Amino acid sequence: MNKILASVRSLSVSYQEDSPQSFALKGLDLDIFTGEKLAIIGESGSGKSSFARALAGLLPDEARLEGKIDWLGFGQAPLGGRDLGYVFQDPGASLNPVLTIGEQVAEGARRHLGLSRAASVARALELLHRVKIPQPERILKAFPHQMSGGQRQRVAIAAAIAARPKLLIADEVTSALDMVVQAEIVALLQQLVTEEGMTLLFITHDIALAAQLADRILVLKEGQRVEVGLSGAVLSRPASEYTRMLIASHLDFGSEVLVSSVIDGPL
Amino acid sequence: MTLLWRRLLSSIPVLLIVVAFTFFLLESASGDAVDAYLGSIGGGDAVLAQSLKVAYGLDQSTGSRLWLYARSLASLDLGWSVAFDRPVREIILERLPNTFLLMGSATALSFGLGSALGVVAGARPGSVRDKSLSIGSLVLYAMPSFWLGLVLSVIFSVQLRWLPIAGIETIASGKQGFERALDIARHLVLPVGALGFIYLALFLRVMRASMAEVWRLDFVLFARSKGLSRSRIVLRHVARNALLPLVTTLGLQAAAMLGGSVVIESVFAIPGFGRLAQEAVAGRDAPLLMGIILNSAVLVIVVNLLIDLVYALLDPRIGSSETGA
Amino acid sequence: MRFWRNFLRSPEGVAGLVLLAGLLLAALLAPILFPGDPLRIAAQALIPPFEDPNFPLGTDRLGRDVLAGLMHGARTSLLVGISAALTAIVLGAVVGTLAGFAGGFLDEALMRVVDAFQIIPSFLLALAFVSVIGPSLPVVVLAIALGAWADPARLTRAQVLSIRERDYVAALKVVGMHPLEIAFREILPNALPPVLALTSVIVAAAVLTEAALSFLGLGDPNIVTWGSMIAEGRNVLRSAPFLSIVPGLGLVATVLGVYLFSEGVNDALASRRGGFS
Repeated sequence: MNKILASVRSLSVSYQEDSPQSFALKGLDLDIFTGEKLAIIGESGSGKSSFARALAGLLPDEARLEGKIDWLGFGQAPLGGRDLGYVFQDPGASLNPVLTIGEQVAEGARRHLGLSRAASVARALELLHRVKIPQPERILKAFPHQMSGGQRQRVAIAAAIAARPKLLIADEVTSALDMVVQAEIVALLQQLVTEEGMTLLFITHDIALAAQLADRILVLKEGQRVEVGLSGAVLSRPASEYTRMLIASHLDFGSEVLVSSVIDGPL
Repeated sequence: MTLLWRRLLSSIPVLLIVVAFTFFLLESASGDAVDAYLGSIGGGDAVLAQSLKVAYGLDQSTGSRLWLYARSLASLDLGWSVAFDRPVREIILERLPNTFLLMGSATALSFGLGSALGVVAGARPGSVRDKSLSIGSLVLYAMPSFWLGLVLSVIFSVQLRWLPIAGIETIASGKQGFERALDIARHLVLPVGALGFIYLALFLRVMRASMAEVWRLDFVLFARSKGLSRSRIVLRHVARNALLPLVTTLGLQAAAMLGGSVVIESVFAIPGFGRLAQEAVAGRDAPLLMGIILNSAVLVIVVNLLIDLVYALLDPRIGSSETGA
Repeated sequence: MRFWRNFLRSPEGVAGLVLLAGLLLAALLAPILFPGDPLRIAAQALIPPFEDPNFPLGTDRLGRDVLAGLMHGARTSLLVGISAALTAIVLGAVVGTLAGFAGGFLDEALMRVVDAFQIIPSFLLALAFVSVIGPSLPVVVLAIALGAWADPARLTRAQVLSIRERDYVAALKVVGMHPLEIAFREILPNALPPVLALTSVIVAAAVLTEAALSFLGLGDPNIVTWGSMIAEGRNVLRSAPFLSIVPGLGLVATVLGVYLFSEGVNDALASRRGGFS
């Protein structure tokens, strides 16, 4: 495809509590390409969040990292805000309840782009427009508790990309939202990433959502890589049984066969 | 605003309970102010005692006296002090400014310095700085304020002779204006220190604990992911949120601080409201003691209301309705 | 028990335990090592400390043995601290349970009473109470408890309010258990744990309040207390500050011991619930 943004080799993440050590991620090998949209699929405990946080340098203090990440695209480890933006799952918890939306969206730009106060407010306004927040002038002075979950997630995205990072990591950003809102957020991400030329890492347990968005899909299971490849290929001709199961267990209106076999099957 | 009126309104039955309870408590004392007064002047005959009691209305039944008292309260008349031979309200108003000065300064010192040190400790939980501030504040908080006052007196008044040992100003010095203010300030250093350091320790610990809680919240992680400077994260994100429980604590401590001023004013012979309580007890002066307790209750209510207002200013979530899910 | 193993891992808890054990030892040994009335005149006045082996900590202005006073004072402080806290918690738990369980007008009325006791500064209340009823040890304990029961009452009520909505309470009502029985035999025990966490705070405050009361001359005049020793020492503050400083150290040690011990308990309970959140 393109140039390699990051080259991950034998990456392991463990949280040392009591022995035996529990590994959230075991010996992961992966290349991330500049400008691609990579979806990371897995169930709970697959290590996808640990991987994302390891990339972003946001692991808790008690976590231990082994292996290496070569940031060929950046030349050094990425700096949060300036090189890398991270959006979390729970929109309610990502935003500081006592600061205005405007301040929280602007502060990244202020810090990394060296903007003056007025310029950063203008940038915040521009960003709120781009994430399609209605009445952005009013929202600049509003507080997080006055907004809905979907709106807060848009604000979080705006804040994450304020300083024009080249890499955006979206960690289960739709899992806490209603279905309709989920679709809107995914569409928004797609548009932003394309317009800004960002690399996107989209973490989710929902393989259908991934299919809509991703160029490539990485499947994780219990901290290990199951398979990785172009999304079309992985979905139509999965190389592993586990991936096959993940695809099959995604129920939609086309899953008549699967559902009836459960109903008519052994009680 | 309606919240404010509701709070004030619900305070009235509480105050009535305070009045009734205190009244009946003081009723159960054997001997009253007249007896104490007669005792202090070396005794008097029964006729004198009776005429004094009639004059002060102490011969009527308990119920009617409570009713009379409650009625006079409505017109802000707190009765007559036998020991001082003056209206209770007058004495209290005379003494309150000194206590306000003492408590106000102690609160400013303890809250300001305590929260600042708490931020310093809480900026890096588990660090050497944090641990030493934690232990230091715990030891400080374990000290009785009157004992700390005496220790400070020994060091700064007796040994070093830097500061005066008692009183609120040099008696009959004839100083005016700024010189007088400076004199009063010198006299207040030790009492404010004794009262303030204890609460400084408390606010430090609460801020520290509060910051430790806030550090674990997700929005702090989000702020870190944006690559913000450490000082911005510590001050604008963590401390700004950690401040809220601290303000609540300030409200909760208002009553305790007022009680603390009683002992400190005794140690340093400050002619304030707190010391007045002790004098009222010594003189068995029921109206004065009642007036003091009522006054304290009202002060605590007012301070709590003010604190609630401040809290609402600091926390945008209070008082507004949520629009979204 | 695993609890104690966890507790012993906390340095604060161990330090607190050592302090409290030392104080308890002093309190228990006082009448044995220093029999007789510690308030009696034992020798000449104002013997300095560390000079006379018979009086290791010297004597006060009236010739009373300071070390004897110190150890007997430990008894008073611990006794008052613990009994006042116990009284406050029992009173608060009962009122809180009644209010929370009954609801309606009784709840409102009881809460207004609780408000009243929270609004009067507890030291003023204790002052007024002791001065009116008379300075004896039981009165002091009651006076302190009256100033301290409001917080446990409020906390118990909050706990009861959340517990009484739970299913097993409804089940008990269906079975026909008497409401008072449900309130006090089923709900109260489950409401207690957070309230018990308040115990250390109340004990510490009680010790300090008792000391302040006796410092002002409102304690029991027939027994020796650290507060009264400090007040006595104030008379000779310039020449013998030691007399006021030492009993205060006893108070600091007691309160510190209580706080450290409770921190150790909290750490042990927290770690029992498992490490990672």
